[in-house]
Amino acid sequence: MAELHADGLIEVLSRAQELEGHLSPALLRHVARRLRLPPSRVLGTASFYHLFRFTPPAAHSCLVCTGTACHVQGAAALLAALQREPLAQWGIELGTVRCVGTCSGAPLLVVDGRVWNHSSGATAVADLRRLMP
Amino acid sequence: MSTAATAMLRVCTAAGCRSRGGEQLRRHCATAATEAATEAATEAMAAGAPPLRVKGVGCLGPCSDGPLLAVDAEDTTRLFGFAADQASGRARAERVAAGLQQRLRATGSAPAGAELGTWRPPGAHLIPADDPFLALQRRLVLERCGLIDPGELDDALAAGAYRQLRAVLEQDDPAAVIAAVQRSGLRGRGGAAYPTGLKWQAVAAMAGQRKLVVCNGDEGDPGAFMDRTVLEGDPHGVLEGMAIAALAVGADHGFVYVRAEYPLAIARVRRAIAQAQRRGWLGTAIGGSRHGFDVEVRVGAGAYVCGEETALIHSIEGRRGTPRPRPPYPAERGAFGLPTLINNVETFANIPVLLRLGCEVYGRGTKVFSLTGPVRRGGVLEVPLGTSLRTIVETMGGGSASGRPIKAVQTGGPSGGCVPASALDVPVDDASLRALGTLLGSGGLVVLDAGTDMVDLAAFFMAFSREESCGKCIPCRCGTVQLELLLRKLLARRGTAADLAELERLCAVVSSASLCGLGQSAPRPLLSTLRHFRPEYTALLNAEAGQPQAVQP
Repeated sequence: MAELHADGLIEVLSRAQELEGHLSPALLRHVARRLRLPPSRVLGTASFYHLFRFTPPAAHSCLVCTGTACHVQGAAALLAALQREPLAQWGIELGTVRCVGTCSGAPLLVVDGRVWNHSSGATAVADLRRLMP
Repeated sequence: MSTAATAMLRVCTAAGCRSRGGEQLRRHCATAATEAATEAATEAMAAGAPPLRVKGVGCLGPCSDGPLLAVDAEDTTRLFGFAADQASGRARAERVAAGLQQRLRATGSAPAGAELGTWRPPGAHLIPADDPFLALQRRLVLERCGLIDPGELDDALAAGAYRQLRAVLEQDDPAAVIAAVQRSGLRGRGGAAYPTGLKWQAVAAMAGQRKLVVCNGDEGDPGAFMDRTVLEGDPHGVLEGMAIAALAVGADHGFVYVRAEYPLAIARVRRAIAQAQRRGWLGTAIGGSRHGFDVEVRVGAGAYVCGEETALIHSIEGRRGTPRPRPPYPAERGAFGLPTLINNVETFANIPVLLRLGCEVYGRGTKVFSLTGPVRRGGVLEVPLGTSLRTIVETMGGGSASGRPIKAVQTGGPSGGCVPASALDVPVDDASLRALGTLLGSGGLVVLDAGTDMVDLAAFFMAFSREESCGKCIPCRCGTVQLELLLRKLLARRGTAADLAELERLCAVVSSASLCGLGQSAPRPLLSTLRHFRPEYTALLNAEAGQPQAVQP
């Protein structure tokens, strides 16, 4: 369908972020030039979606699932416990995700793309500490 | 020894069991089976029998017991879980594989698997076939899910995939296909429950050289993972349904839109498309006919609103996923301005089934649910439409696992509401649930126990809608913010009766004035909890607030 529009923009941005870790201003300008799109259209699309990021990621990512099943089984307490730890100093970026659809392990974390089931604040902190080099 | 030839281990490697070490378990078992076969062959100084087949399959159902392992031997199937097993994924996989190898060695030169009829994987517990979770299901959409290797087209073909597409191609009568879908009474399974046949007819009636078919796999409701299960477990069933739809409405191109949070589903759909193309079930001249149908995968980038069809269309076009007013409906002007048929994953997966069974046997059809929250047995199940919620939650799910009684069941995600425990006998179909102030939605059921604070839950959903509001229309963009603030004010015990009245008034504005389904239904979790659990709201009211505060000396 490429003949109809520069419709592959989201795919291009996803791939670019996969390769570079984040979407820098230079990268966004490059995408705009190559797809012959105004920069506003490229940035406008990129900034709409949660998964695109404009700053480099930390070495590790830790996402607390805040879906419904996790929420009613203690996700807020888990998130609060992790927020009290100096995760940034350990090279871990803390974030949230709205349900990865494996709710039988609630409350859960997604650490570097892997699901950690039935996480509690204490065990999660201990396990995250081990990620430090 | 015909039974031995069919002996097999099926290990669930879908996302739920994978997070519990399912893939590790499959790998170790496969290695053990190969080694045992090689040893047997060496001893017999012969080529030997092929090793026991160890297959990675899609969802086997009760995810809470995972990783799940099915043993097929001597004409019976036994399903095992490891719910009580505290070992790490690796330790468990090694232990089970060692047990398997030992048993296979004992079998000696007999065909692999002949002795597995009584084998119990070490550390596993049996989930009997007559367990209500399994016995009360009617698996139509999920018929092949858990049986076939979703990465192997031959496996799917042997189990009947693309047979209905072939029949439809041979018959070459699009009107008859649409008539059959209409007669079946099938309604969209994504939440809106619009009659599928009507939608197909509308797209088929559009003039134009090119039309599109879009599969909505942007399953965004938290706590819902039916579509993930179908895409991961039997992607060919969905592709077959799409191809039949394309033929019926005269489309030549399709998109499967999958949310980025489902990497395994994306990989499996991509692989399935490539395999189907190679074998001529997709592409030009499918099945040797004059019809062509190509499918592309489009991956979302994290935006709940993209599950709304006009937003999804914009996202497919590579734009911001904002909805637009309808009409024109996508049937008239969809992606790239072309007439577009949009159906949900489960809806497409229903098509080959209902064509095969015929309307009589198909009946009202089924609905796939994901059962989560503090229940004894949770996971994915498919039941006849109209099964009572009590049957699903208490009989199949085994009731509360937390020791506290069940308080309510949340259905329909952020667009739905709660069914209080007193109304659990409601049959699950869209009309019955709407009468209770909630909706069937896409099929996520979250069980809530007596420990759940319903006002907090309403605030949770409002925060979700506020975060996911695209910002295009004011009632939704500003209304969700104000509604959440009012809820937080109540939760902080600073709210008054006037705030509660304002909350209800604003709900009416947001639901009636918002542009798309996200805003229109954002107040529903609040209104539903207010309707069934009003005392929890009034208990939070602060009579003093708003009055002049006494000055402390």
